[in-house]
Amino acid sequence: MLAKRIIPCLDVRDGKVVKGVNFKGIKEVGDPVEYAYEYDRQGADEIVFYDITASHEGRGVILDVVSKTAKKVFVPLTVGGGISTVDDIRNTLRAGADKVSVNSQAVKDPQLIKDGADIFGSQCICVGIDAKKTAEDKWTVFINGGRIDMGIDLIEWVKRVEQLGAGEICLNSIDTDGVRGGFDIPMLKAVCSAVKIPVIASGGAGKLGDFADAFLKTDCSAALAASLFHFNELTIDEVKKDCRSKGIRVR
Amino acid sequence: MVAIIDYGAGNIFSVKNALDRLGAESLLTSDKKDIESADSIILPGVGAFPAAMKMLEESGLKDVIITQAKRKPFLGICLGMQLLFEKSFEFEEYDGLGLLKGYVDMIPEKELVIPHMGWNKLEYLNASPLLDGLGEDEYVYFVHSYKAFCPDSEICAYSEYGSRVPALVSDGKTVFGCQFHPEKSGETGLKILKNFAALAK
Repeated sequence: MLAKRIIPCLDVRDGKVVKGVNFKGIKEVGDPVEYAYEYDRQGADEIVFYDITASHEGRGVILDVVSKTAKKVFVPLTVGGGISTVDDIRNTLRAGADKVSVNSQAVKDPQLIKDGADIFGSQCICVGIDAKKTAEDKWTVFINGGRIDMGIDLIEWVKRVEQLGAGEICLNSIDTDGVRGGFDIPMLKAVCSAVKIPVIASGGAGKLGDFADAFLKTDCSAALAASLFHFNELTIDEVKKDCRSKGIRVR
Repeated sequence: MVAIIDYGAGNIFSVKNALDRLGAESLLTSDKKDIESADSIILPGVGAFPAAMKMLEESGLKDVIITQAKRKPFLGICLGMQLLFEKSFEFEEYDGLGLLKGYVDMIPEKELVIPHMGWNKLEYLNASPLLDGLGEDEYVYFVHSYKAFCPDSEICAYSEYGSRVPALVSDGKTVFGCQFHPEKSGETGLKILKNFAALAK
């Protein structure tokens, strides 16, 4: 049986972790390599780096971080943020990432998903989606960190994304993100039943039971959280213990 | 020296990173001489079966691999494992290396999430030196939509996903294949790679 995945996401700017506590044993505060190593030790099933570096010149820095992490951490590594061309995908994978996550650019230019999947394989193309509820059982897709409503129906978009060759979807609910009241169960349910590719739940984890809740109520394959883990409010190991006690298979 | 065959497919650096971590000397190469003189060989790979086989045929590596894999420890990873079989039906029927009996085809269960992506548990079938030191509760990382259909005698370990997914296969001699990525499977994967590297000594 396939295990449900617990994925910590690290926001990285100019090669440093943006927020987070100083974990015990971490030598340099803010060093993403050290954070990734710590999450690996806690039992993270994958690590996501989300690059929020504003300038284009900053891209080299995240690639250096990826390459250093890949030498130290032997679980899959995904890099998102600022990836807008096939060359960006190639450079990120070459640096040692196993997958890239494309978001805004994929909405503006869906061909990027197809080109990426055709050249590098579907397994390394994760499409990140920010969506917000507009009516009962109706959501639309937003870009630029949830600032611009593209007016695209979420369910139509996820079907298109799958058809274009994406290997996975990371679904972030703007409504639950930051609220800490749990993942967006109705949105997850709707997306999981619309596609066959794995769906990662994102946005809303606020307490221990939220992860198990998403796995018990929807068919999502993985759950992602950022600040909850950064601030050491929960460890990945605690989340897995809770899931295990509720009969959910985790590694 | 472990020769990691570089034929333009996959994230080969991660295999090298893992071997570096284990202190096993390795070389990324597409040179026949390196492959012939290596103590053991790893064939990595992600992507599509026909494209990968065509690359091996056009570069002349196919014949070298078939000869060398019978002489020294040889490990195919992910697509590299699938290439070991007689043929595949990914996109078109295409001949593989024929080092193991069986074929490769789509995961048949229609109700499952595809690709089979994530950590799945190893269930043991036949003994293998690559499984030395592993416990009862070992998980490894998979990403694939096609799987091997082969005799039980070739399966050392499998995972359950709808039905049995051959995870570690072998001819019982020098040829081994992992459907999962040992280089991305944490401590469990590193142990398997360490066991493989030790075979050459």
